[in-house]
Amino acid sequence: MRNDLGWLALIYAQMSLLAVGGVASVLPEMQRQVVDARGWMSPAEFAALFALAQAAPGPNMMVSTLVGWRVAGAPGALVATLGMIGPSSVLTWATTHVWNRFRHAAWRQKVQAGLVPLTIGLVMASAALLTASTTHGWLPGVITAATAAATLGTRVHPLLLLGAGALLGVASGG
Amino acid sequence: MEQGQDGAELAPELHELFAGFLGISVMGFGGVLPWARRMIVEQRRWLTGPEFTDLLALCQFLPGPNIVNVSVALGSRFRGVPGALAALIGLLAAPMVIVTGLGGLYNQFGQDPVVRRAFEGLASAASGLVVAMACRIAWPIRARWGPVMVACTTFGAIAVLRLPLLPTLLVLAPCSILLLRRSAV
Repeated sequence: MRNDLGWLALIYAQMSLLAVGGVASVLPEMQRQVVDARGWMSPAEFAALFALAQAAPGPNMMVSTLVGWRVAGAPGALVATLGMIGPSSVLTWATTHVWNRFRHAAWRQKVQAGLVPLTIGLVMASAALLTASTTHGWLPGVITAATAAATLGTRVHPLLLLGAGALLGVASGG
Repeated sequence: MEQGQDGAELAPELHELFAGFLGISVMGFGGVLPWARRMIVEQRRWLTGPEFTDLLALCQFLPGPNIVNVSVALGSRFRGVPGALAALIGLLAAPMVIVTGLGGLYNQFGQDPVVRRAFEGLASAASGLVVAMACRIAWPIRARWGPVMVACTTFGAIAVLRLPLLPTLLVLAPCSILLLRRSAV
Protein backbone atom coordinates (compact mmCIF):
# COMPACT_ATOMS: atom_id res chain seq x y z
CA MET A 1 0.00 0.00 0.00
CA ARG A 2 2.73 2.47 0.94
CA ASN A 3 4.59 1.25 -2.08
CA ASP A 4 1.57 1.98 -4.28
CA LEU A 5 1.29 5.50 -2.86
CA GLY A 6 4.95 6.11 -3.65
CA TRP A 7 4.45 4.92 -7.22
CA LEU A 8 1.30 7.03 -7.62
CA ALA A 9 3.17 10.13 -6.45
CA LEU A 10 6.09 9.42 -8.75
CA ILE A 11 3.97 8.59 -11.82
CA TYR A 12 1.64 11.56 -11.51
CA ALA A 13 4.33 14.09 -10.60
CA GLN A 14 6.09 13.06 -13.80
CA MET A 15 2.89 13.35 -15.84
CA SER A 16 2.17 16.77 -14.37
CA LEU A 17 5.29 18.13 -16.07
CA LEU A 18 4.79 16.13 -19.28
CA ALA A 19 1.19 17.24 -19.88
CA VAL A 20 1.93 19.72 -22.66
CA GLY A 21 -1.37 21.11 -23.87
CA GLY A 22 -3.34 19.55 -21.00
CA VAL A 23 -4.33 16.21 -19.52
CA ALA A 24 -5.55 14.61 -22.77
CA SER A 25 -1.90 14.54 -23.92
CA VAL A 26 -0.83 12.17 -21.16
CA LEU A 27 -3.69 9.64 -21.30
CA PRO A 28 -1.63 7.07 -23.26
CA GLU A 29 1.24 7.43 -20.77
CA MET A 30 -1.21 7.14 -17.88
CA GLN A 31 -2.63 3.97 -19.39
CA ARG A 32 0.85 2.60 -20.08
CA GLN A 33 2.00 3.20 -16.50
CA VAL A 34 -1.18 2.13 -14.74
CA VAL A 35 -2.14 -0.85 -16.92
CA ASP A 36 1.08 -2.16 -18.50
CA ALA A 37 3.87 -1.14 -16.14
CA ARG A 38 2.19 -1.42 -12.72
CA GLY A 39 -0.59 -3.86 -13.61
CA TRP A 40 -3.07 -2.05 -11.35
CA MET A 41 -6.05 -2.61 -13.67
CA SER A 42 -7.15 -3.83 -17.11
CA PRO A 43 -7.37 -1.53 -20.15
CA ALA A 44 -11.18 -1.80 -20.00
CA GLU A 45 -11.20 -0.73 -16.37
CA PHE A 46 -8.97 2.23 -17.15
CA ALA A 47 -11.37 3.23 -19.94
CA ALA A 48 -14.31 2.92 -17.52
CA LEU A 49 -12.59 5.18 -14.97
CA PHE A 50 -11.83 7.71 -17.70
CA ALA A 51 -15.48 7.62 -18.79
CA LEU A 52 -16.59 8.12 -15.21
CA ALA A 53 -14.33 11.16 -14.88
CA GLN A 54 -15.75 12.57 -18.12
CA ALA A 55 -19.33 12.04 -16.96
CA ALA A 56 -18.72 13.79 -13.63
CA PRO A 57 -18.52 17.57 -13.37
CA GLY A 58 -15.07 19.06 -12.92
CA PRO A 59 -11.70 19.36 -14.62
CA ASN A 60 -10.62 16.58 -17.00
CA MET A 61 -7.74 15.73 -14.66
CA MET A 62 -10.20 13.98 -12.29
CA VAL A 63 -9.25 10.73 -14.03
CA SER A 64 -6.03 10.86 -11.99
CA THR A 65 -8.05 11.20 -8.76
CA LEU A 66 -10.12 8.16 -9.73
CA VAL A 67 -7.11 6.04 -10.65
CA GLY A 68 -5.47 6.91 -7.32
CA TRP A 69 -8.67 6.11 -5.49
CA ARG A 70 -9.03 2.76 -7.29
CA VAL A 71 -5.42 1.83 -6.48
CA ALA A 72 -5.15 2.93 -2.85
CA GLY A 73 -8.46 4.37 -1.61
CA ALA A 74 -8.81 7.92 -0.30
CA PRO A 75 -5.06 8.37 0.38
CA GLY A 76 -4.40 7.23 -3.18
CA ALA A 77 -6.91 9.73 -4.56
CA LEU A 78 -5.22 12.52 -2.64
CA VAL A 79 -1.68 11.49 -3.58
CA ALA A 80 -2.48 11.10 -7.30
CA THR A 81 -4.32 14.44 -7.39
CA LEU A 82 -1.53 16.29 -5.60
CA GLY A 83 1.03 14.61 -7.84
CA MET A 84 -0.87 15.67 -10.96
CA ILE A 85 -1.26 19.32 -9.90
CA GLY A 86 1.80 19.87 -7.68
CA PRO A 87 4.80 20.27 -9.98
CA SER A 88 2.89 22.10 -12.74
CA SER A 89 1.27 24.46 -10.20
CA VAL A 90 4.64 25.38 -8.69
CA LEU A 91 5.94 26.00 -12.20
CA THR A 92 2.90 28.15 -13.05
CA TRP A 93 3.24 30.11 -9.82
CA ALA A 94 6.93 30.74 -10.48
CA THR A 95 6.32 31.69 -14.11
CA THR A 96 3.51 34.20 -13.53
CA HIS A 97 6.08 36.43 -11.84
CA VAL A 98 8.38 36.57 -14.86
CA TRP A 99 5.78 36.12 -17.60
CA ASN A 100 5.50 39.78 -18.53
CA ARG A 101 9.20 39.82 -19.26
CA PHE A 102 9.05 37.20 -21.96
CA ARG A 103 5.50 36.91 -23.20
CA HIS A 104 6.39 38.62 -26.47
CA ALA A 105 9.85 37.07 -26.71
CA ALA A 106 10.53 35.44 -30.07
CA TRP A 107 11.84 32.26 -28.47
CA ARG A 108 8.60 31.71 -26.59
CA GLN A 109 6.60 31.81 -29.80
CA LYS A 110 9.04 29.43 -31.46
CA VAL A 111 8.78 26.99 -28.57
CA GLN A 112 5.00 27.21 -28.74
CA ALA A 113 4.95 26.66 -32.51
CA GLY A 114 7.01 23.52 -31.95
CA LEU A 115 4.86 22.19 -29.11
CA VAL A 116 1.44 22.58 -30.76
CA PRO A 117 1.87 19.72 -33.28
CA LEU A 118 3.31 17.52 -30.49
CA THR A 119 0.16 18.11 -28.48
CA ILE A 120 -1.94 17.26 -31.52
CA GLY A 121 -0.07 13.99 -32.03
CA LEU A 122 -0.48 13.13 -28.35
CA VAL A 123 -4.23 13.78 -28.34
CA MET A 124 -4.58 11.73 -31.54
CA ALA A 125 -2.74 8.90 -29.74
CA SER A 126 -5.08 9.27 -26.75
CA ALA A 127 -8.08 9.00 -29.06
CA ALA A 128 -6.72 5.91 -30.82
CA LEU A 129 -5.70 4.04 -27.67
CA LEU A 130 -8.89 4.85 -25.76
CA THR A 131 -11.00 3.77 -28.72
CA ALA A 132 -9.00 0.56 -29.03
CA SER A 133 -9.62 -0.28 -25.37
CA THR A 134 -13.36 0.44 -25.51
CA THR A 135 -14.17 -1.16 -28.87
CA HIS A 136 -15.22 -4.79 -28.52
CA GLY A 137 -17.51 -5.58 -31.43
CA TRP A 138 -19.39 -3.27 -33.74
CA LEU A 139 -21.76 -1.46 -31.38
CA PRO A 140 -19.09 0.27 -29.25
CA GLY A 141 -17.39 1.35 -32.47
CA VAL A 142 -20.66 2.82 -33.74
CA ILE A 143 -21.22 4.64 -30.41
CA THR A 144 -17.70 6.13 -30.55
CA ALA A 145 -18.04 7.22 -34.18
CA ALA A 146 -21.54 8.65 -33.66
CA THR A 147 -20.45 10.56 -30.54
CA ALA A 148 -17.45 12.01 -32.36
CA ALA A 149 -19.59 13.00 -35.36
CA ALA A 150 -22.31 14.56 -33.18
CA THR A 151 -19.70 16.52 -31.21
CA LEU A 152 -18.13 17.89 -34.36
CA GLY A 153 -21.29 18.46 -36.37
CA THR A 154 -23.87 19.60 -33.82
CA ARG A 155 -24.11 21.58 -30.59
CA VAL A 156 -25.51 18.72 -28.53
CA HIS A 157 -24.32 18.84 -24.91
CA PRO A 158 -21.56 16.26 -24.26
CA LEU A 159 -23.41 14.98 -21.20
CA LEU A 160 -26.39 14.03 -23.39
CA LEU A 161 -24.07 12.11 -25.72
CA LEU A 162 -22.53 10.25 -22.78
CA GLY A 163 -26.02 9.42 -21.53
CA ALA A 164 -27.08 8.20 -24.97
CA GLY A 165 -23.98 6.00 -25.09
CA ALA A 166 -24.83 4.45 -21.72
CA LEU A 167 -28.45 3.83 -22.79
CA LEU A 168 -27.36 2.20 -26.05
CA GLY A 169 -24.99 0.02 -24.07
CA VAL A 170 -27.81 -1.14 -21.80
CA ALA A 171 -30.21 -1.66 -24.71
CA SER A 172 -27.67 -3.78 -26.59
CA GLY A 173 -27.89 -6.56 -24.02
CA GLY A 174 -31.65 -6.35 -23.46
CA MET B 1 2.19 46.38 -12.75
CA GLU B 2 -0.31 48.93 -13.96
CA GLN B 3 -2.74 46.02 -14.18
CA GLY B 4 -2.14 45.27 -10.51
CA GLN B 5 -3.12 48.81 -9.61
CA ASP B 6 -6.13 48.76 -11.88
CA GLY B 7 -7.19 45.55 -10.29
CA ALA B 8 -6.48 46.71 -6.73
CA GLU B 9 -9.99 47.93 -6.06
CA LEU B 10 -11.38 44.80 -7.69
CA ALA B 11 -8.85 42.39 -6.20
CA PRO B 12 -10.90 39.46 -4.90
CA GLU B 13 -10.68 38.27 -1.30
CA LEU B 14 -9.57 34.73 -0.53
CA HIS B 15 -13.13 33.54 0.06
CA GLU B 16 -14.22 35.07 -3.25
CA LEU B 17 -11.46 33.22 -5.11
CA PHE B 18 -12.54 30.01 -3.39
CA ALA B 19 -16.24 30.57 -4.14
CA GLY B 20 -15.64 31.61 -7.75
CA PHE B 21 -13.75 28.46 -8.64
CA LEU B 22 -16.06 26.27 -6.56
CA GLY B 23 -18.97 27.61 -8.59
CA ILE B 24 -17.49 26.77 -11.99
CA SER B 25 -16.00 23.44 -10.87
CA VAL B 26 -19.40 21.81 -10.43
CA MET B 27 -20.88 23.31 -13.62
CA GLY B 28 -18.22 22.11 -16.00
CA PHE B 29 -19.07 18.81 -17.62
CA GLY B 30 -16.33 17.66 -19.97
CA GLY B 31 -14.06 20.52 -18.93
CA VAL B 32 -14.26 23.68 -16.86
CA LEU B 33 -12.27 26.06 -19.06
CA PRO B 34 -15.24 27.48 -21.06
CA TRP B 35 -16.94 28.45 -17.79
CA ALA B 36 -13.79 30.02 -16.39
CA ARG B 37 -13.84 32.87 -18.89
CA ARG B 38 -17.49 33.62 -18.19
CA MET B 39 -16.93 33.72 -14.43
CA ILE B 40 -13.61 35.61 -14.43
CA VAL B 41 -14.29 38.16 -17.17
CA GLU B 42 -18.05 38.62 -17.45
CA GLN B 43 -19.51 37.84 -14.05
CA ARG B 44 -16.88 38.76 -11.46
CA ARG B 45 -14.79 41.09 -13.66
CA TRP B 46 -11.50 40.11 -12.10
CA LEU B 47 -9.78 40.46 -15.49
CA THR B 48 -10.53 42.15 -18.79
CA GLY B 49 -10.98 39.98 -21.88
CA PRO B 50 -7.46 40.57 -23.22
CA GLU B 51 -5.95 40.01 -19.75
CA PHE B 52 -7.72 36.67 -19.56
CA THR B 53 -6.57 35.66 -23.04
CA ASP B 54 -3.01 36.50 -22.04
CA LEU B 55 -3.29 34.49 -18.83
CA LEU B 56 -4.78 31.57 -20.73
CA ALA B 57 -1.95 31.62 -23.26
CA LEU B 58 0.53 31.24 -20.40
CA CYS B 59 -1.49 28.46 -18.79
CA GLN B 60 -1.77 26.52 -22.04
CA PHE B 61 1.91 27.00 -22.75
CA LEU B 62 2.93 25.52 -19.38
CA PRO B 63 2.51 21.78 -18.72
CA GLY B 64 -0.24 20.47 -16.48
CA PRO B 65 -4.05 20.69 -16.43
CA ASN B 66 -4.87 24.07 -18.04
CA ILE B 67 -7.70 25.06 -15.71
CA VAL B 68 -5.58 24.20 -12.67
CA ASN B 69 -2.87 26.49 -14.01
CA VAL B 70 -5.48 29.24 -14.51
CA SER B 71 -6.61 28.98 -10.88
CA VAL B 72 -3.02 29.09 -9.59
CA ALA B 73 -1.97 31.98 -11.83
CA LEU B 74 -5.07 34.05 -11.03
CA GLY B 75 -5.04 33.33 -7.31
CA SER B 76 -1.36 34.17 -6.91
CA ARG B 77 -1.70 37.30 -9.01
CA PHE B 78 -4.25 38.77 -6.60
CA ARG B 79 -3.39 37.20 -3.23
CA GLY B 80 -0.04 35.43 -3.53
CA VAL B 81 0.37 31.84 -2.37
CA PRO B 82 -2.75 31.86 -0.13
CA GLY B 83 -4.76 33.10 -3.11
CA ALA B 84 -3.43 30.33 -5.32
CA LEU B 85 -4.34 27.74 -2.69
CA ALA B 86 -7.82 29.20 -2.15
CA ALA B 87 -8.58 29.08 -5.90
CA LEU B 88 -7.08 25.61 -6.28
CA ILE B 89 -8.97 24.10 -3.35
CA GLY B 90 -12.18 25.74 -4.57
CA LEU B 91 -11.65 24.20 -8.00
CA LEU B 92 -10.87 20.67 -6.85
CA ALA B 93 -12.75 19.99 -3.59
CA ALA B 94 -16.24 19.34 -4.95
CA PRO B 95 -15.24 17.39 -8.08
CA MET B 96 -12.99 15.13 -5.99
CA VAL B 97 -15.83 14.27 -3.64
CA ILE B 98 -18.28 13.71 -6.52
CA VAL B 99 -15.93 11.61 -8.63
CA THR B 100 -14.87 9.33 -5.78
CA GLY B 101 -18.54 8.95 -4.81
CA LEU B 102 -19.32 7.83 -8.36
CA GLY B 103 -16.30 5.53 -8.20
CA GLY B 104 -17.73 3.96 -5.06
CA LEU B 105 -21.04 3.33 -6.80
CA TYR B 106 -19.21 1.81 -9.75
CA ASN B 107 -17.29 -0.47 -7.41
CA GLN B 108 -20.44 -1.62 -5.70
CA PHE B 109 -22.62 -2.13 -8.77
CA GLY B 110 -19.99 -2.53 -11.50
CA GLN B 111 -20.43 -6.31 -11.58
CA ASP B 112 -24.13 -6.06 -12.36
CA PRO B 113 -24.54 -6.93 -16.07
CA VAL B 114 -26.82 -3.97 -16.84
CA VAL B 115 -24.52 -1.49 -15.10
CA ARG B 116 -21.53 -3.05 -16.86
CA ARG B 117 -23.15 -2.61 -20.27
CA ALA B 118 -24.10 0.97 -19.40
CA PHE B 119 -20.47 1.65 -18.53
CA GLU B 120 -19.23 0.08 -21.74
CA GLY B 121 -21.56 2.35 -23.70
CA LEU B 122 -20.50 5.34 -21.60
CA ALA B 123 -16.82 4.53 -22.14
CA SER B 124 -17.34 4.23 -25.92
CA ALA B 125 -19.03 7.64 -25.97
CA ALA B 126 -16.20 9.11 -23.87
CA SER B 127 -13.71 7.79 -26.44
CA GLY B 128 -15.78 9.54 -29.10
CA LEU B 129 -15.40 12.86 -27.26
CA VAL B 130 -11.61 12.48 -27.37
CA VAL B 131 -11.72 11.50 -31.06
CA ALA B 132 -13.69 14.70 -31.74
CA MET B 133 -11.19 16.74 -29.75
CA ALA B 134 -8.30 15.23 -31.75
CA CYS B 135 -10.06 16.08 -35.05
CA ARG B 136 -10.81 19.61 -33.91
CA ILE B 137 -7.26 20.49 -32.88
CA ALA B 138 -5.69 18.70 -35.86
CA TRP B 139 -7.86 20.47 -38.47
CA PRO B 140 -6.00 23.84 -38.50
CA ILE B 141 -2.62 22.24 -39.29
CA ARG B 142 -3.86 19.83 -41.99
CA ALA B 143 -2.28 21.65 -44.93
CA ARG B 144 1.13 22.32 -43.40
CA TRP B 145 3.52 19.43 -43.92
CA GLY B 146 5.93 20.32 -41.08
CA PRO B 147 3.41 20.23 -38.22
CA VAL B 148 1.62 17.26 -39.81
CA MET B 149 4.89 15.31 -39.89
CA VAL B 150 5.60 16.11 -36.24
CA ALA B 151 2.06 15.18 -35.18
CA CYS B 152 2.20 11.88 -37.10
CA THR B 153 5.64 11.01 -35.69
CA THR B 154 4.39 11.69 -32.16
CA PHE B 155 1.28 9.62 -32.82
CA GLY B 156 3.37 6.73 -34.16
CA ALA B 157 5.79 6.80 -31.24
CA ILE B 158 3.07 6.81 -28.59
CA ALA B 159 0.12 4.93 -30.11
CA VAL B 160 1.87 2.43 -32.40
CA LEU B 161 5.28 1.82 -30.84
CA ARG B 162 3.94 2.50 -27.31
CA LEU B 163 7.13 4.32 -26.32
CA PRO B 164 7.29 5.99 -22.88
CA LEU B 165 6.33 9.66 -22.98
CA LEU B 166 9.33 11.21 -21.19
CA PRO B 167 12.09 10.08 -23.60
CA THR B 168 9.74 10.62 -26.56
CA LEU B 169 9.15 14.24 -25.59
CA LEU B 170 12.82 14.82 -24.75
CA VAL B 171 13.73 13.80 -28.30
CA LEU B 172 10.75 15.13 -30.28
CA ALA B 173 10.23 18.52 -28.59
CA PRO B 174 13.67 19.96 -29.47
CA CYS B 175 13.45 18.48 -33.01
CA SER B 176 10.00 19.97 -33.52
CA ILE B 177 11.01 23.40 -32.21
CA LEU B 178 14.06 23.45 -34.48
CA LEU B 179 12.12 22.19 -37.50
CA LEU B 180 9.21 24.59 -37.08
CA ARG B 181 11.05 27.68 -35.81
CA ARG B 182 10.29 29.50 -39.04
CA SER B 183 6.59 28.84 -38.90
CA ALA B 184 6.14 30.81 -35.67
CA VAL B 185 3.92 33.82 -36.19
